[in-house]
Amino acid sequence: MDWKDYIVAAPEIVLLGLICLVLIVDLFTDDEHRVRTFWVSILALIGMLLVLEGTGSATRAVIFSGSYVSDPLSQVLKISAVIFVGIAFLYSRDYLRSNEIHKGEFYLIGLIGLLGMMIMMSANSMLTMYLGLETLALSLYALVAIDRNSVTSAEAAMKYFVLGAIASGCLLYGISWVYGVTGSLQFHEIAAAIRMDPTLNSLPLWFGLAFLIVGIGFKFGAVPFHMWLPDVYQGARTPVTLYIASAPKLAALALFLRILGDGLGGLHETWAGMILVIAVLSLLVGNFVAIAQSNIKRMLGYSTIAHVGFILLALFCGTEQGNAAALFYTLTYIVAAAGAFGMIILLSRRGYDAENLVDFKGLNARSPWFALMMMFLMFSMAGVPPFVGFFAKLNVISAVIDSGYTALAVLMVLASVVGAYYYLRVIWYMYFEEAEDKAVIQAGTDTRLVLSLNSVAVLVLGIVPGWLMALCIQILG
Amino acid sequence: MIGLEHYLTLAAMLFVLSIAGIVINRRNLILLLMCIELMLLAVNFNFVAFSRYLGDETGQVFVFFILTVAAAEAAIGLAILVVLFRNRRSIAVQELNTLKG
Repeated sequence: MDWKDYIVAAPEIVLLGLICLVLIVDLFTDDEHRVRTFWVSILALIGMLLVLEGTGSATRAVIFSGSYVSDPLSQVLKISAVIFVGIAFLYSRDYLRSNEIHKGEFYLIGLIGLLGMMIMMSANSMLTMYLGLETLALSLYALVAIDRNSVTSAEAAMKYFVLGAIASGCLLYGISWVYGVTGSLQFHEIAAAIRMDPTLNSLPLWFGLAFLIVGIGFKFGAVPFHMWLPDVYQGARTPVTLYIASAPKLAALALFLRILGDGLGGLHETWAGMILVIAVLSLLVGNFVAIAQSNIKRMLGYSTIAHVGFILLALFCGTEQGNAAALFYTLTYIVAAAGAFGMIILLSRRGYDAENLVDFKGLNARSPWFALMMMFLMFSMAGVPPFVGFFAKLNVISAVIDSGYTALAVLMVLASVVGAYYYLRVIWYMYFEEAEDKAVIQAGTDTRLVLSLNSVAVLVLGIVPGWLMALCIQILG
Repeated sequence: MIGLEHYLTLAAMLFVLSIAGIVINRRNLILLLMCIELMLLAVNFNFVAFSRYLGDETGQVFVFFILTVAAAEAAIGLAILVVLFRNRRSIAVQELNTLKG
């Protein structure tokens, strides 16, 4: 090991230093000036973008005796994660302040979660992956419980904690079997061991693989391991839901691509069947159960499950085209998800959460601009052209067809049609129903600006999707 | 002679026991946290057995990290438990039912 290794791993090291800085700034700040912590956190994230830009390279570098990898994939995922954590912070400030839970811990734990995600994105061994996963998961459990006077938050945190701990346990049990069979924890050595000795591809390894998939399915929130997701989305305070719904999805994608792609890619025929089952179940259960929801956070939770079904079907192909489609889908889906939860934050005010579908009734009369923005987001999630969600779905479906699963593609289109119903219902409420709540929207100028940019991005990306798709294909090619 | 398969069987039994404990138990959240610890210990057993069998120390290093993470996990779990108890005056599993649908 030499000093150049530390330059490759600079993003994580610098972030850890900045977290300590935020911690100290927060310590010397009283409640009235808590916004200082917010600004220092935003500056830290801008600094992270600069560091990532400065250390990025087009080649693959494996350091720390093969435990850590830096490649274009990790680079793009990390930059996106930093941006989405920043967006979550920008939306959250006013909400947290008006609900009197504006604590420095929110930003601090948010940044620690980001550190966990970045470690996962750069993991090249099971050990690094596990440590990053736990850093992220433990931060999320604490974030969900950040409003300690709320009964629902505490309940959601407890459910999330117990189910998340079971998921980690299953993942670890799977890792122990893969380690026992292949004799290594590093992804490239595991792949090499399977390539060298085809007899390893037998029952003991499949046993471990099944547990790995249970753990990964839990982290994605795929059916039948989705029980935590709607409860956490509904029970957590909206800024926390926004945080959970955006950047951690990228970390889950990295978890899948690194373990099942880099490490166990040679077993694609074995794991593809299991992924197919959970992906199709997610697609159906997510879309049908979302129709029955009256709480919009819960509805978006079930819609997330349906979108996870799409992402998993793209990954199920195991081709470069499929992986690129999955990356494109995840990146563009979390743009829309961040905007949708931002809209709930925008309509909320002191002591009142706009978390029911009926709270969106008559939004057009209250604010035509934001009704239009919400329509953009809902159209994108439903997959209506020219919004970006349409191209994301199209890419996944064409990847599935190119792998020879035409019937599957038909099922995906039908499930999307069912899904369109509950997105269009929100639009119907906004434009054709009388408002029950006629209060003026109180959000600050910067929240309005970020939300408008976020929603317009869905349209702009939909009109010019080519460069992003080319980027996804280039880094996974 | 006690071989690898005996260790693996014991670990699998402990693992299944902990899952069963989590699924069956409807009364007490503290028991649930204990089951989660048991689950991680079963995994540690597996790692140590494999590590000894393969003659490779990486597995034992992994065990140290799992023990550390388990301690952090228990701390966060108990903290959430305290928050829950302050709000509801109960830690019964079957009463965790405000969120559903």
